[in-house]
Amino acid sequence: MVGQVIRHHQASPPNAFTQAQLGWEPWLEPKPVDELTEADYTALVDRGRAASPYFRLLVRDPVVLGARTRADNDIFYNEDAGLPRPERELAAAAASRTNGCIFCASVHSRFAAKLSGRTQDVQRLLDEGIDAPQDERWTAVVDAAAALTETPSRFGPAHVDELRAAGFDDQAILDVVQSAAFFNWANRLMLSLGEPTPPPAG
Amino acid sequence: MPDLIDTLVGIEPGSRLDALRAKRPVARADAQATYDGLVTAPADLTRASAVERVAIAYWVAALSRAAVLAEHYAGLLAGLDPAVRAALDAVLGAPARAGTGAPGASVASTGPSDVLTPTTTGPYGSYPPGPLSAEDEDGLHWVAPDALRTSVGDRLTAALEHAHLLTYRPRDASPDALQALLDAGWSLDGVVTVSQLVAFTHFQLRVVAGLTVLKEVR
Repeated sequence: MVGQVIRHHQASPPNAFTQAQLGWEPWLEPKPVDELTEADYTALVDRGRAASPYFRLLVRDPVVLGARTRADNDIFYNEDAGLPRPERELAAAAASRTNGCIFCASVHSRFAAKLSGRTQDVQRLLDEGIDAPQDERWTAVVDAAAALTETPSRFGPAHVDELRAAGFDDQAILDVVQSAAFFNWANRLMLSLGEPTPPPAG
Repeated sequence: MPDLIDTLVGIEPGSRLDALRAKRPVARADAQATYDGLVTAPADLTRASAVERVAIAYWVAALSRAAVLAEHYAGLLAGLDPAVRAALDAVLGAPARAGTGAPGASVASTGPSDVLTPTTTGPYGSYPPGPLSAEDEDGLHWVAPDALRTSVGDRLTAALEHAHLLTYRPRDASPDALQALLDAGWSLDGVVTVSQLVAFTHFQLRVVAGLTVLKEVR
């Protein structure tokens, strides 16, 4: 029997970039909570993720979800040298803004704003896009993340020079690359397996 | 097994880039673990065969003009199923639309006139109607030529069309696009794996691209 997608028929789906907390609804049936195995929980890494339809959908390939999640955590949360946390989230937001992932951009712009205290700078990235004026450091991060996100990648030596001139070392530049590259993975999953929903009322 | 990204970028043990990657050891190990789980040693070959997996990864890398990674997957595919590789190469080598002046494409090429190159630049696509509609950008909506469908079958063809969508215009993704995969014979688990394969390859090719630049800029 051929499987069927789930259609949501939203009257007013999110249609602008926002720092607000959006929902996300899958187009394919997530694995039911009562069918999750111990191997699935290992793949979810954090057991609390069983509440997320996104992660319960991805757990249908548990080996890949586990590796994806551990890589994600190391790229964004390993603070042994490299790029400061706010700029990692900024790179994620810039990649998401470039690809057009309203959901991913909402999460990571919110994180970037919270960690940096620069809510208006983040909002300008969302409203005006990757060419919106930012200071030297944020311009370098956004330019590099956006260039790497294009297909084919436009990331080149000039982006490395720009990042170095803004004071980032090569460890930080690796983090820019991996943060932006990771969101070229995440954006494609979030955009293609479901859709964002408006912030819950109240 | 040697780390694929290190191999493709040419990162030697003890080198500057080796030290940079060593500071993110889990990302390094799990990029490889994802590749192994999707391509070299998948746990379940019924949801997606070895040939299908390698063909999709090759297609994504080639569409993205990630030459070194594409060459790697082309080699794997040639070892598994040379006919599928030849079928993909026939499409990838198709001429650009006359007059577009696409870089590297010969507009004077004498390929079949109804088969145009699938290769373009992205991302483009449409947003839900609203303030972002001003940023909507049209581009190629690639449909596989009949010769490819005949060579590789409906199921792989559907995955290649979906991979083209996700490569260049991910914001155009839709329930209809997933239904097309289900209708072509992919299972629910299979769609999740194909989606991960396409999306992961976009991560992999960008890590290779970024590290290659960083290696060359001393």
